[in-house]
Amino acid sequence: MAIDAATVRKVAHLARIKTPEDRLEPLAGELNGILAWIEQLNEVDVDGVEPMTSNVAQALRLRDDVVTDGNKVADVLGNAPQSTDGFFVVPKVVE
Amino acid sequence: MSDLTKLTLKAAVDGLKAKQFSSEEITTAFLTAIESANPTLNAFVTVTADKAMDMARVADARLAKGEGGTLEGAPLGIKDLFCTDGVQTTAGSNMLRGFVPPYESTVSANLWRDGAVMLGKLNMDEFAMGSSNETSAFGPVVNPWKSTGSNADLTPGGSSGGSAASVAADLCLAATASDTGGSIRQPAAFTGTVGIKPTYGRASRFGMVAFASSLDQAGPITRTVADAALMLKSMCSFDVKDSTSLDVPIPDWTASVGQSIKGLRIGVPKEYVVDGMPAEIQNLWDQGIAWLKDAGCEIVPISLPHTKYALPAYYIIAPAEASSNLARYDGMRFGHRAEGTTSLTDLYETSRAEGFGGEVKRRLIIGAYVLSAGFYDAYYVRALKVRRRIAEDFDKVWGQVDAILTPSTPSAAFALGDKQIDPLQMYLNDIFTVTANLAGLPGISVPAGLDSGGLPLGLQVIGKALDEATVFQVASALEGAAGFVAKPEKWW
Amino acid sequence: MTDASNLIQGRTGPWEIVMGLEIHAQVASKAKLFSGAAVGFGAGPNEQVSLVDAGFPGMLPTLNGHCVEQAVRTGLGLKAQINKRSQFDRKNYFYPDLPQGYQISQLYFPIVGEGEVEVEAEDGTFFTVGVERLHLEQDAGKLIHDLSPSESYVDLNRAGTALMEIVSKPHMRSPEEAVAYVKKIRTILVYLGTCDGDMEKGNLRADVNVSVCRVGGYEKFRATGDFSHLGTRCEIKNVNSFRFISQAINYEARRQIEILEDGGKIDQETRLYDPTAGETRSMRSKEEANDYRYFPDPDLLPLELEQAWIDTIRASLPELPDEKRKRLMSQYGLSQYDAVVLISEQAKADYFEEAAKGRDAKLVSNWVTNELSARLAADHLDFSQSPLPAAHVAELVALIEEGVISSRIAKEVFDHVWAGEGSPRQVVEARGLVQVNDTGAIEKAVDEIIAANPDKAAAVADKPQAIGWFVGQVMKATGGKANPASVNDILKARLGIS
Ligand SMILES: [Mg+2]
Ligand SMILES: [Zn+2]
Repeated sequence: MAIDAATVRKVAHLARIKTPEDRLEPLAGELNGILAWIEQLNEVDVDGVEPMTSNVAQALRLRDDVVTDGNKVADVLGNAPQSTDGFFVVPKVVE
Repeated sequence: MSDLTKLTLKAAVDGLKAKQFSSEEITTAFLTAIESANPTLNAFVTVTADKAMDMARVADARLAKGEGGTLEGAPLGIKDLFCTDGVQTTAGSNMLRGFVPPYESTVSANLWRDGAVMLGKLNMDEFAMGSSNETSAFGPVVNPWKSTGSNADLTPGGSSGGSAASVAADLCLAATASDTGGSIRQPAAFTGTVGIKPTYGRASRFGMVAFASSLDQAGPITRTVADAALMLKSMCSFDVKDSTSLDVPIPDWTASVGQSIKGLRIGVPKEYVVDGMPAEIQNLWDQGIAWLKDAGCEIVPISLPHTKYALPAYYIIAPAEASSNLARYDGMRFGHRAEGTTSLTDLYETSRAEGFGGEVKRRLIIGAYVLSAGFYDAYYVRALKVRRRIAEDFDKVWGQVDAILTPSTPSAAFALGDKQIDPLQMYLNDIFTVTANLAGLPGISVPAGLDSGGLPLGLQVIGKALDEATVFQVASALEGAAGFVAKPEKWW
Repeated sequence: MTDASNLIQGRTGPWEIVMGLEIHAQVASKAKLFSGAAVGFGAGPNEQVSLVDAGFPGMLPTLNGHCVEQAVRTGLGLKAQINKRSQFDRKNYFYPDLPQGYQISQLYFPIVGEGEVEVEAEDGTFFTVGVERLHLEQDAGKLIHDLSPSESYVDLNRAGTALMEIVSKPHMRSPEEAVAYVKKIRTILVYLGTCDGDMEKGNLRADVNVSVCRVGGYEKFRATGDFSHLGTRCEIKNVNSFRFISQAINYEARRQIEILEDGGKIDQETRLYDPTAGETRSMRSKEEANDYRYFPDPDLLPLELEQAWIDTIRASLPELPDEKRKRLMSQYGLSQYDAVVLISEQAKADYFEEAAKGRDAKLVSNWVTNELSARLAADHLDFSQSPLPAAHVAELVALIEEGVISSRIAKEVFDHVWAGEGSPRQVVEARGLVQVNDTGAIEKAVDEIIAANPDKAAAVADKPQAIGWFVGQVMKATGGKANPASVNDILKARLGIS
């Protein structure tokens, strides 16, 4: 499953990371190196093995339905690059 | 009193309680040490001198009344991925340069509850991704240790490089750190300090900037095993704000320190002998085995057959989780926003390209790739299955052994710049530590000897889930047997 | 069998439409799904936002148990499989209304599996729509585009609110069926109290998947389960009124048929219905094709439910619309039509049952579903807000049953009661609207009218139905108060017809 420059371009866009054209080939090379090394996982017999998503062998705790948070507009907007009248401001979104 | 900075955490806490010195005094001593060392070692991203002095005065007032918690008045360093209320928290990234959280991480809040004093925020690999501290947007931390006959600056390891270097260079009594694949234990090994990653779920992840949620775990870096036991107890807690936090009692681990290990069964996994491992590492390991045998342990050769697959599995799971965890850094609500962009997509892509460093970007792209359509099962799901195989390896040996002894790292600290060319070379640093993260087990690194260049080397003890007590017990025996007292010669 | 009325005639022949719906229903809860911020409408921008909702570094989700209970309750109401083990997954994509960069949802193991909904069609027949699944997920925030010409504003009050996404199977065949299905789901949710069903506020909205195929394709799909018999579908996002659902489907089906008849191919894509233009349009270009990179959320653990807890919820379920319909028909002898109308709102059915105690149920049903429904609708009220208590309808019907007033007078009485003049009995007394049962008075009126119209009286012998004219005249003469039964009897006797 070798990665080419086009794949890197596509995945970098999925990850929303601007990647200059001249970085695509070198990145593809690095990623291929890492992925080739990762391929050794194919040696492992994983038939019938349940994927392990967590180390914690307990069920999810449930919270009570009570309002305990909110009303902190200053905190919410305090680090915003741009805000106005209680809103975050972002470039015009065209739908 | 100029030697206050050389105290162990325990000695300092005892001295403060006994009013041999005040928190103001010891805090001042550390701030002075930081001021002179930091331009060279670069361990702190932010020094919170005023806050430290305020906290010290409050601690002194409590101590004067005979009150105060288990860490009352003790100055600590905080890794810069624990959010600290009102204090810049960067996670070593330009993305979060200037970010001031209006909240406190549970781990640091626990330390303040117990009376500790914050000296500042410690440098680290960007978003904890790295093993040399070179990925930090604030420049690498320099290891206070030098190899004999060389003036080359060495890495303190990573990602908790600032934590390890500051403890080794006497810039704080102890420091918080975090470990996703070895980020506490490897820097501890590289700096002659003690570092423990507890069982996953012991320390709350609330307020800790996430790298890989299913692996991240906080722990301390300290000068002694006893200090680690003392500080870990304060850091850990059951926290309803973290769904993966374990609702279990937190024992007094200091009681395990110095306890006889006679009769304990210690596993020595054959798979941890890796290709190209320096003889010095093998010798250190053999030495450790001999010490434990002398102390009355039964040494049991064991097999953890899937060990070699741990690192490749980790390099799927961790980047995958990171690619999602770091999606929130988009320049919209906090963090870096690029100037002069032409569209929403351009704003996203440019902000993230500018805000993240090379290693982070590489991992985010790998993470997005292994989760993408067509590759999810082949990479991600397979890695999760291998992860279970690795955890099962451990489950199978716990019947025969009480703890496992391995080297902490495959080498001593290396020179800054040495392994930057090949990411894979860098990844191999975590080869002995990463299994404990995948399986959620506690693991400690204890300084146990020096290499031929006089650089510290560490031994790792891995324990059963929630059995930090045995880990501390064995680590303390190693510490005692090794009699490790070496300190870096002050050159900074 | 393909119902011919569901077909759309194209240039090259008839086509079938097939639809599946994804309904997003906001869970009725006080706090959000994964944070303690309030759920609600009308707060100032970003006031109902926690740092968890805003995706701040180090913030972690914790699950609201009530939302889980509401999802289970809904699953039980949809007669669906409740999965004792489910899991939350992250759906990753970038958008300014999505603070974490992912939506926490359930893809691989939803909390509720397959179920079934019985839906009444307009013609009174029933059809069944399969439910594929129901899962819990977070809502996104809101983008405001009209406050600045060059910027968009972001309000995260809605972000993190719990939604139930109810995914149907592609079992709907016409816009009418799709609308009837949404109405039915809405009724069930409101009965269960798990969603307020307020479509205007966006608390219930539908994504409509539309495809077209040649006649017979759907039958083949149902027989084999093979989706290739259906056409390529397009998803029309977030349609939030019954009217728009119907319009959007009609437009979209026509659009697809035109493309196919021109020899083109349908691209599977997400589209938006623009009610002003009356058309659907593509939302995202093809190269932006989404790859959501779903994976289990590592901040959360598997959700495990105990059978006993599920059983407790089951035991607490209210009577659901279908059961209520059947009971109203058997207990009150109502027609299916009447029962269906009554159960469309729980409060309406309750109102009916209260009014019908010991009364002629059919008569009560008529008053409730006709006169009262119309008055309430005109004032934008629902039955729980009715200014007229059920006891008044009961009293009105009692007066008719007792023969005190005629149905005609009853209408007048109703008007006065609605105007707040008191109970029906009080109105009848105050206004002297009592029916005339005095036979002498009626006989007098009848005799006068027959005497004044001898030719008409003679004609009745040949044309008995002409008696209606006389009845009308008598009623007019008595101010509508004469007992119609007596009028009839007396007229027949006087005119000599049996
Ligand atoms: Mg959908
Ligand atoms: Zn949805």
